[in-house]
Amino acid sequence: MYNFDFVRPSTLAEAVIALAGDEAQPLAGGQTLLPSMKQRLNMPGTLVSLTGIADLKGVSGEAGASVTIGAATTHAQVAAEAGAFYPALADLAARIGDPAVRNRGTIGGSLANNDPSACYPAAVLASGATITTNKREIAADDFFDGMFATVLEEGEIITSVTFPIPQAAAYAKFLQPASRFALTGAFVARFEGGVRVAITGASEGGVFRWSDAESVLSNSFSGDALAGKLPAAEGMISDLHGSAAYRAHLCGVMTRRAVAAAG
Amino acid sequence: MSKVTITVNGREMSGEAEGRTLLVSFLREALGLTGTHVGCDTSQCGACVVHVDGKAVKSCTMLAMEAEGAEVTTVEGMADADGSLGVIQQAFQDHHGLQCGFCTPGMVMSTAALLKDNPTPSEAEIRAYLDGNICRCTGYHNIVRAVMAASGQDVSGLGVVAAE
Amino acid sequence: MPKDGGIGASPKRREDIRFLTGEGVYTDDIQLQGQCFAYFVRSTVAHGTIGTIDTAATEAMPGVLAVFTGEDFKDVGGNPAGWLINSRDGTPMREPKRPVLAHGKVRHVGDAYAAVIAETYAQAKDAAEQLAADSEIEDLPAIVDMAAAVANADNRVHDEIPDNLCFDWGWVEDNRAAVDEAIKNAPHVTTLELVNNRLVPNAMEPRASIGEYFPGTGDYKLTTTSQNPHLHRLLISAFVMGIPENKLTVVAPDVGGGFGSKIYHYGEEALVLAAAKKLKRPVRWTAERSESFLTDAHGRDHVTKIELACEEDGTFIAFRTETLANVGAYLSNFATATPTFLHGTLMAGPYKVPNVYVNLKTVFTNTAPVDAYRGAGRPEATYSLERVIDKMCRELELDPFEVRRKNFITPDMFPYTTPVGLVYDTGDYNATLDKAMEMADVDGFEDRRAESAARGKLRGMGLSTWIEACGIAPSNLVGVLGSRVGLYDAATVRVNATGNISVMTGAHSHGQGHETVFPQIVAEKLGIDPASVEIVHGDTSKIPFGMGSYGSRSLAVAGSAMNNAVDKIIAKGKKIAAHMLEASEDDITFEDGNFAVAGTDKSLSFGEVAFSAYVPHNYPLETLEPGLEETSFYDPGNFTYPAGAYLCEVEVCPETGKVDVVAFYCADDFGNVMNPLIVEGQVHGGVGQGIGQALCEQTTYDADGQLLSASYMDYAMPRADDVPFYQVDYSCNTPCTHNPLGVKGCGEAGAIGSPPAVINAVVDALNSGGFTHITHIDMPVTPSRVWTAMQAQ
Ligand SMILES: Cc1cc2nc3c(=O)[nH]c(=O)nc-3n(C[C@H](O)[C@H](O)[C@H](O)COP(=O)(O)OP(=O)(O)OC[C@H]3O[C@@H](n4cnc5c(N)ncnc54)[C@H](O)[C@@H]3O)c2cc1C
Ligand code: FES
Ligand code: FES
Repeated sequence: MYNFDFVRPSTLAEAVIALAGDEAQPLAGGQTLLPSMKQRLNMPGTLVSLTGIADLKGVSGEAGASVTIGAATTHAQVAAEAGAFYPALADLAARIGDPAVRNRGTIGGSLANNDPSACYPAAVLASGATITTNKREIAADDFFDGMFATVLEEGEIITSVTFPIPQAAAYAKFLQPASRFALTGAFVARFEGGVRVAITGASEGGVFRWSDAESVLSNSFSGDALAGKLPAAEGMISDLHGSAAYRAHLCGVMTRRAVAAAG
Repeated sequence: MSKVTITVNGREMSGEAEGRTLLVSFLREALGLTGTHVGCDTSQCGACVVHVDGKAVKSCTMLAMEAEGAEVTTVEGMADADGSLGVIQQAFQDHHGLQCGFCTPGMVMSTAALLKDNPTPSEAEIRAYLDGNICRCTGYHNIVRAVMAASGQDVSGLGVVAAE
Repeated sequence: MPKDGGIGASPKRREDIRFLTGEGVYTDDIQLQGQCFAYFVRSTVAHGTIGTIDTAATEAMPGVLAVFTGEDFKDVGGNPAGWLINSRDGTPMREPKRPVLAHGKVRHVGDAYAAVIAETYAQAKDAAEQLAADSEIEDLPAIVDMAAAVANADNRVHDEIPDNLCFDWGWVEDNRAAVDEAIKNAPHVTTLELVNNRLVPNAMEPRASIGEYFPGTGDYKLTTTSQNPHLHRLLISAFVMGIPENKLTVVAPDVGGGFGSKIYHYGEEALVLAAAKKLKRPVRWTAERSESFLTDAHGRDHVTKIELACEEDGTFIAFRTETLANVGAYLSNFATATPTFLHGTLMAGPYKVPNVYVNLKTVFTNTAPVDAYRGAGRPEATYSLERVIDKMCRELELDPFEVRRKNFITPDMFPYTTPVGLVYDTGDYNATLDKAMEMADVDGFEDRRAESAARGKLRGMGLSTWIEACGIAPSNLVGVLGSRVGLYDAATVRVNATGNISVMTGAHSHGQGHETVFPQIVAEKLGIDPASVEIVHGDTSKIPFGMGSYGSRSLAVAGSAMNNAVDKIIAKGKKIAAHMLEASEDDITFEDGNFAVAGTDKSLSFGEVAFSAYVPHNYPLETLEPGLEETSFYDPGNFTYPAGAYLCEVEVCPETGKVDVVAFYCADDFGNVMNPLIVEGQVHGGVGQGIGQALCEQTTYDADGQLLSASYMDYAMPRADDVPFYQVDYSCNTPCTHNPLGVKGCGEAGAIGSPPAVINAVVDALNSGGFTHITHIDMPVTPSRVWTAMQAQ
């Protein structure tokens, strides 16, 4: 790791100022950033820790309507506290990485990083959540911008994420056997106005909405309705853990499993 | 370099750290607590697990400066007050839950975190919880038995069919 | 019943106390005054010519103390191969030099061609990055695929080796014609092409070394992660650095697993010594896991075609194999023994097959060196045999249990000479098979299969009946086979004046619990409390010259040495007792820790005799020396032959191809068991690694020689939730006939016997689900591979 300056502000305002500095970068749980800095893939001049800002942490909501998660809320806290509002989201958080990762890693870090195999992006996109930053509100459909890319600007900090609560939802994750990220994961959310399906882990473009499945499921919310439906293998990731065709196939299996779990 | 002060195993300790100093390096090098191990550079193996403010974390994936003022517990702090093995440590010894001992500090610390939340975990819960702790020696069999035993469960029937 | 803490008991491991409290001392835990840090500059290309390395900018960087390149070591020796193998035509193998730092060419990704020493680790790493930027490496085409390597004479890993072939070996060459003939005329021949996948050992403790030099005496000290400190010292002294053996101490403190990878001497160890000498300061290096992936000797990596010729009833007539074995870019110390004498010699299995011929070509490629990894050669042999037998049973619709029974060597046939050069001493292969079947409730399998089917899963059962040769090894035999060393081991038993005991041994535990087991043996024999016996190991300045721990040899070889040294202690004790009791030596008996005059009530305790040995006030010095300390070197008369039967049940998910091992049964014959708890642990660990090989461990190089599975992000090893509880039995034992303890060794068994059991179970599951076109599937059977195989219907 290259050396850097470290600051740990206690308010968002201070963090914003610190981040305006040259080569400054936010540090949340560090569960992605620190490993990538060890590999020297990332070399910030200043790390601005968000872990000391109380306002960025916590789970609050209104039953049946929405739940808002502070950006620096750990996966463990979401797993423990979001279930009252949005069980599928809590369940997803409980299955990210391992317990020690969940005790540090945060939703904001996960979304800002937008790993193509990460779990939260699927929940955010399928739920049609809103990402709030220190500057604006961004709809999930506008937020993700391809593998490891988002529309966040330099120095922009995610402050919270608000999820509308669907009538039914579930996440099905097929583990990449080494990293335990999603080799392919499907989040299915059924709302009054229709079903949204987001797939992670599969596409070279990162998380995406599987619109064919959405229209089928909006008509008939059952796994059987999806029989024979697959997204195109073209553009799917192909690596030592699975071919593009395999990932396309898993999209179908995981979506059906999520539908079954959502009930 | 700046000074970092943490309370480790009940004792306040300070040392010098750079921004990039990881908690594990701080513990091992600045404080001389080498019980916590480093087994990888991608945050996967769990040999480095310690408790920070009561929660299991990978000390290789946390900056020392983030731990300023925190209560840290390492494997060195797991024995009973009189120096004898604590319940979890004793169960690992009784059930041969370690061979080379390198993964062991992380296993003990993860187990302690598990049992705090879930005093009598099932086999499946134990296996799932230890997902972030790799052991290359034991095939996990005796680790899982040790965790069950540490939580007061009977493990006598698990595994050995006949020993003459 | 075993005595308290004696042979056959399971006392708690004493080493656990320090490991459980954080008091273990592994190499990286040692901090020394004045230490500095080495960081290696490693090739990022698989194959390249080293041009200018401009060290100026690096040397000027903060904290930098020294820079080394291959040029600095071009006049010192190379790291040798321990076995000389001859090709079928009688020519000796090609043996390229393996330098401390690459010189002229880099030959695999991770090949170190320079090193930087600096005040801090971070400074060394920063400077190494600079040096990498200032080094010209001209890319050459990478040689990765073995078949292509042998076919392409123009592209060479080593310029002097035209076809990238180390040797072309036939075993036994004299069998060749008969085997060819037998196969030609056989009623049935089953052919199988398979890959024994390359594995990364992944001991959880990364390799680490600290070099020290003491100018006042000219002594060197190397503290390193070693399974065999004397072997390291020998290699460094006699071959690589030329440091006189008596001027070099090698210490291996607590070692966090090895599985073979810490047998070998690596260039980093020589470098820290050279740097310590130059700087007159301790120089340390600890591998990052990424370096371990690129540079620890990998395991396996065979591509094999095996043919099994048999009668229609499944009686074996012949086995014939053709194998390409990868040795990587350089010959690691045991690299040439592993695919030959630890593999070819096992190709008869536990079967009375009359004709066996093995052809093996060992190939250089631009990949990390490949050497012995837990099981070493024997897993490859077992996998080929047990897979082809399973395939044959399917083809001929024969019962796999019955086919094994029909072909087993039976107890009345021992000693049994195989057609591939081994003499099995004892065994009862039907007994372990019966036991495994009973444990696994084979009769209940169809019900379990139905239950799995009700949950949408395909259930399969797989059998493997394995044998191996370990307790490595008789020096006279291995000498004939090409070994450049002897493979005895040694123990010194020192009875201290106050009656307690220090045992110095060449074996070195890296997880096996020697500190607990060895005292059980010594204490049992002497009738004393095991707590009064201490094991001293891992330090060449304290221990006799022994060859270390690998090849399931610690107990069978070093343990036997210890047994014999204790016998010498007893004999000497009798002499002393005879003197003290004024009796004839022939009348002295030793029982339960007491020396007595037969037929009288005159006796002395062991402690009294020990004390007298060191306070020899009235010894007849012409016939009785003071002191009570004995050394024994034990060179085994034969290999030992553990064997067993493994049964595995898997469930395959037809939707995703995911395989779950749901049950695993082991019935093993390890001969006499010294400590059941530790034996069980060894089997569990071996089976865990075998399941890993079968299900998930995948070492993938791309066409450019880049290692794609170079971290735990991509190299999958079993986690706790990937494996079940294993059911282990070791009651069917037939003691080894040629070592004094009757032991056979249990360290590698699990890794040898388990992979074919898993794969046979997977093929069974898939066939039961109608995927009858799948006659074989290569390891690791990842979900994607299984699913892809199912699609091929
Ligand atoms: C062993 C292991 C297993 C894992 N398994 C999974 C898994 O199964 N599924 C999964 O989804 N993830 C997994 N992860 C990743 C984990 O969830 C990370 O916690 C997460 O991706 C990043 O969150 P973080 O808080 O640690 O962010 P950091 O690592 O601190 O930061 C990540 C990036 O986000 C930026 N950032 C952080 N917070 C903000 C903010 N509020 N606003 C703007 N930018 C910000 C940082 O500057 C950095 O670029 C795993 C990680 C590990 C180490
Ligand atoms: S050292 Fe491997 S997870 Fe921390
Ligand atoms: S005991 Fe060696 S890695 Fe777990």
